[in-house]
Amino acid sequence: MELTTLWFFIVGAMLIGYFVLDGFDFGVGMSLPFLGRDNTDRRLIINTIGPVWDLNETWLIVAGASLFAAFPEWYATMFSGFYLALLVILVALILRGVSFEYRHQGKGREWTRWFDQFIFWGSVVPPLLWGVAFANLAQGLPIVPMENGGWIYQGTLLTLLNPYGLLGGLTMLLITFAHGLVFISLKTEGEMRERARGLAAKVGAAAIVAGAVFLGWTIMQHIDSPTVWVVVLCSAVAAVALIAAWVANFAGREGWAFTGNAIAIAFALLAIFMSMFPNLMASSIDPSYSMSVVGAASSEKTLELMTWVALFTLPLVLAYQAWTYWVFRKRLSRAAIPVGAH
Amino acid sequence: MGRATFVLERYMNEFLDPLTLSRWQFGLTTLYHFIFVPLTIGMCLLVAILQTAWVKTGKMKYLRLTRLFGKIFLINFAMGVVTGIVQEFQFGMNWSNYSRFVGDIFGAPLAMEGLIAFFFEATFIGLWIFGWDKLPKKIHLMTIWFVWLGTVASAYFILAANAFMQNPDGFTINEERGRAELESIGAVLTNPVAVTQFPHTIFAAVMFAGVVIVSTAAWHLRRGQYLDEMRTALRFGAWTNIIAFMGVGLTGHSLGMVMTETQPMKMAAAEALYENASGADASFSVFSLGTPDGAHEIFSIRIPYLLSFLSNGTFDGSVEGIRDLQAEYTAQYCGADSLLTCPADGQFAPIIWVTYWAFRWMIGLGALAALVSVVGLWITRKNMDLPDWAWRVAIWTAPLPMLASLVGWVFTEMGRQPWIVFGVMTTEQGVSPGVPGWAVLVSLLVFTIVYGALAVVEFKLITKAAKEGPPEIALGADADGKPGEADHQQLATVY
Repeated sequence: MELTTLWFFIVGAMLIGYFVLDGFDFGVGMSLPFLGRDNTDRRLIINTIGPVWDLNETWLIVAGASLFAAFPEWYATMFSGFYLALLVILVALILRGVSFEYRHQGKGREWTRWFDQFIFWGSVVPPLLWGVAFANLAQGLPIVPMENGGWIYQGTLLTLLNPYGLLGGLTMLLITFAHGLVFISLKTEGEMRERARGLAAKVGAAAIVAGAVFLGWTIMQHIDSPTVWVVVLCSAVAAVALIAAWVANFAGREGWAFTGNAIAIAFALLAIFMSMFPNLMASSIDPSYSMSVVGAASSEKTLELMTWVALFTLPLVLAYQAWTYWVFRKRLSRAAIPVGAH
Repeated sequence: MGRATFVLERYMNEFLDPLTLSRWQFGLTTLYHFIFVPLTIGMCLLVAILQTAWVKTGKMKYLRLTRLFGKIFLINFAMGVVTGIVQEFQFGMNWSNYSRFVGDIFGAPLAMEGLIAFFFEATFIGLWIFGWDKLPKKIHLMTIWFVWLGTVASAYFILAANAFMQNPDGFTINEERGRAELESIGAVLTNPVAVTQFPHTIFAAVMFAGVVIVSTAAWHLRRGQYLDEMRTALRFGAWTNIIAFMGVGLTGHSLGMVMTETQPMKMAAAEALYENASGADASFSVFSLGTPDGAHEIFSIRIPYLLSFLSNGTFDGSVEGIRDLQAEYTAQYCGADSLLTCPADGQFAPIIWVTYWAFRWMIGLGALAALVSVVGLWITRKNMDLPDWAWRVAIWTAPLPMLASLVGWVFTEMGRQPWIVFGVMTTEQGVSPGVPGWAVLVSLLVFTIVYGALAVVEFKLITKAAKEGPPEIALGADADGKPGEADHQQLATVY
């Protein structure tokens, strides 16, 4: 395989890692007003992701940096093109991140309530906007090449908010919400586990509908492409996994439900990536203006170096992250939350 | 009427210049980020040392200090993490031309930072916070040391990336692709600027954390509370400062010599030196009053030979002045085919009053904080009955190393201007071509408001935690190195 293609899949895998892992953090954050009936509940919900949300979010930072190193043109065009959308995502991530640490450090209920609001909105906004962004990448964007090299995005924030883009956002929102609810039921015991499961059934059903329409629409948009069958295949796996997750959740098999949702997120994203390939950004103005994987990539030397670095670090990273999940494998219960904690 | 509209329009265009706004935004967000980063690096080390002391001696005071400063460390850590994401995204958002031109080289250390350092740091911090009751004592101690290793590794990679901007090395220009490409990662990672900047930055970070400990201890000692813990903390913090300041000074000197070699204009700008000077004439002005362009000096206090020593390490060396360098650079970088390297105004010197004063404030503030520690250690060597004002001075030294770090970066980055990559690309060429000025204004305002509000919250939380003092901890028997069941409640609530 070409190094450029390899890095297309490595960056894709990192992004998938981000959405699978931070995805349930977002879902857990979204569930706060729905499942958190008192202070102990909310502490319990947040503690399910307490030790891991930071390392999950780090997948975004690493994916971003790898994208920069492997595809500078893509990084430059996409990040400057999605300027305001990224600004909103950044503010949401900032507020969510500090809130986990700050909500219990101040005095008074008002203080905690403010930061709980930040956690909720900081968990709703990023998956929604990321969904919009990736749907638009699949659909194509108004980009044109510049005279001295590079591409420039000629749209605005509103260009991104088209029906297909918004549906992508909604789908991502619902899937991560369901993913987070299943994670809570997997990580808690007692009443919280039951309530999370109940809500997961409802949200999961909505996610199946949104996901099916979105993936169907994606296939239709690329029906003339010779590689559409890969998109169809990935979409089918995602759809089956999503439905299987719903059934497993219904049957009380949380581990399987969680795995199903994770596979669904991974293959839905893979469907998007495969619909883009061999482009990174298809131009909606003129197909010949599109930015290809090869055209956006770094030099052979840089990609080679990066391949070695990834080869040595990623297995280690996966090992110590798996160890963390193993250390914190026990289910949490209300009884373990000290009296007065919030 | 027509004229008024024209003036208004011109004014708006200047006000909404994406370049100026992007520079302000990058400066503000980076300086803000760099309030939290050094405290994270420094405090992590000191907390790890305190926790090691507890594990080795079993003395409760070390555990209580670990918990107190651990809490301050975590409040601060959160801010460092979230403001760091902005840093990475900004290169693409505001400086897309720069990113596409140098991404082939500049991206690699950033990706390595993520893969090697950030994952490590983020994973082990979670284990440290939540692992008190889940991991054996020594494994738990290892996690905080791993976090520190992660922060230090991250500092190295990002300083290597920064060093490329100060003194680009290990690259070639690919004319066909219109970009700089990596030639040797070894050269990028062993850039002399990175090699000297790294220990300078780490020592400064440790000093910052040491002063926070001194300040906290002084606050409690002034009130006569937690005497046992706080006496230990005061001496620990003060010794840390003194050692760290010596490190800062020595590495700062080698950094100055590297800078003279690689960016002579920056050294000349640090001294506002317009004409070449050597030997005794290469003097260092501690203070000067005059017109900012240096043409007329009204009054100054000067130390002869010192500039020569700072720049060359000898007393009879010579230092190039701004005028000669300006002529040299104009000939070198403003040829017919040098779009990327010739500034629009033809000016190769940075803003002199900024570099001149930032350089002095950096040294002065750091030295002042160290002086307080030296005097403090001396007058408390027998007993700690100090007059009230002495405690107050100790409490208020807390911000000094932070301010020294910040003006140090102002000097480093403003002194780099007009370059974004020295000799390769000017800052004005690096800005995103497709982002309108109003969008940058929006983001600048949003970041200012959000960061400002969070600064208030952060300051409140840290002072609150510091004033609360070390927590009461009722530990069960833990001689076996494994926390008992009783610890579970106590230790698990740290988060």
